[in-house]
Amino acid sequence: MRKVLMVATVLSAMAIPALASDAGLIKVSKGNVQIERNGAKMAAPVGASVQASDVITTGADGSAGITFTDNSLVSVGPNTVFAIDKYRFDSTTHAGEFEGSLKKGRLAAISGKMVKASPESMKIRTPSAIMGVRGTEFVVQVDEEKK
Amino acid sequence: MNLFAVFLLAVLLASFVRAPEKAPELFAVLPALDGHIGAIVVKAPGSEKVVNEAYATVSIHGSSQTNGSLSEAQVREMFGSTLEALPGTPASFMLYFLEGSDELTPESKAELDKVFSELKRRPLPDIVVIGHTDTVGTLDFNDKLSLARAQRMREMLIGLGLPAERIQAAGRGKRELLIPTEDNVSEERNRRVEISVR
Repeated sequence: MRKVLMVATVLSAMAIPALASDAGLIKVSKGNVQIERNGAKMAAPVGASVQASDVITTGADGSAGITFTDNSLVSVGPNTVFAIDKYRFDSTTHAGEFEGSLKKGRLAAISGKMVKASPESMKIRTPSAIMGVRGTEFVVQVDEEKK
Repeated sequence: MNLFAVFLLAVLLASFVRAPEKAPELFAVLPALDGHIGAIVVKAPGSEKVVNEAYATVSIHGSSQTNGSLSEAQVREMFGSTLEALPGTPASFMLYFLEGSDELTPESKAELDKVFSELKRRPLPDIVVIGHTDTVGTLDFNDKLSLARAQRMREMLIGLGLPAERIQAAGRGKRELLIPTEDNVSEERNRRVEISVR
């Protein structure tokens, strides 16, 4: 049982309550990473929860990785603004909807259970296009305006 | 300066200050860890492009959309720190109960040890316990039964010292059979609980 206790200690040391309304959790956070929620900005350390309507922003040295409840994995690179416009996932039927907007910067993602159940249920908007995800791994870049 | 000169100057300035061009955008498909190559559909006004090859791209510059491709090295150069920040792929473990009991089979007890080593490997793990049933009974009955099994497993993990707030339970009923069967078939390998560590 010593092993179990050790794990429990590791887990509870950083435990932040996960709510049913959470869309995901920050699993990787490097440099300046913030979450904008209801107009307020807060730091986004590992363990912070991510909800629908949150906007993730990173600084020049920032990057972050998020695990969503349907096992979608999304990461953002430096100087990025990524908004989670819509998110819902039914863990029984795997029906869901994931719409995000990459306003600027870089994003990498591996789609999860909802896309497996229904292709293009995950969409990423950019300033000039909308991308439907039919499967697995992809990257998106939105460059800042030319000087 | 007369009015005409001011007007000329304004026209001159306006010709320099055009509406800012939309930022160039790039979309690319990468091969997944297991080699699987997926697909994305990029829709912009007047165009729809499907990208379904490894390292194939669509780039958008102003109103033009072009297909292209990147080398692996270019992807690493452009997206290195972004890709590095991707969280680890969730790991899945399958556990079975002795028939009609709360006790795990001996094999599953060994599997539970693997769950704990996996938890230690991750920076901030969370767990989803997912119950599955065989096809005996209605969809609704099995949704409930599978959730009840998952909740029982969740309680067991909490009993072993894992924090309750890090463990969710879900029931998939007979929607995800390990061994495909007809409806109303008793199959013990389908009566399982999956522990997803992420």
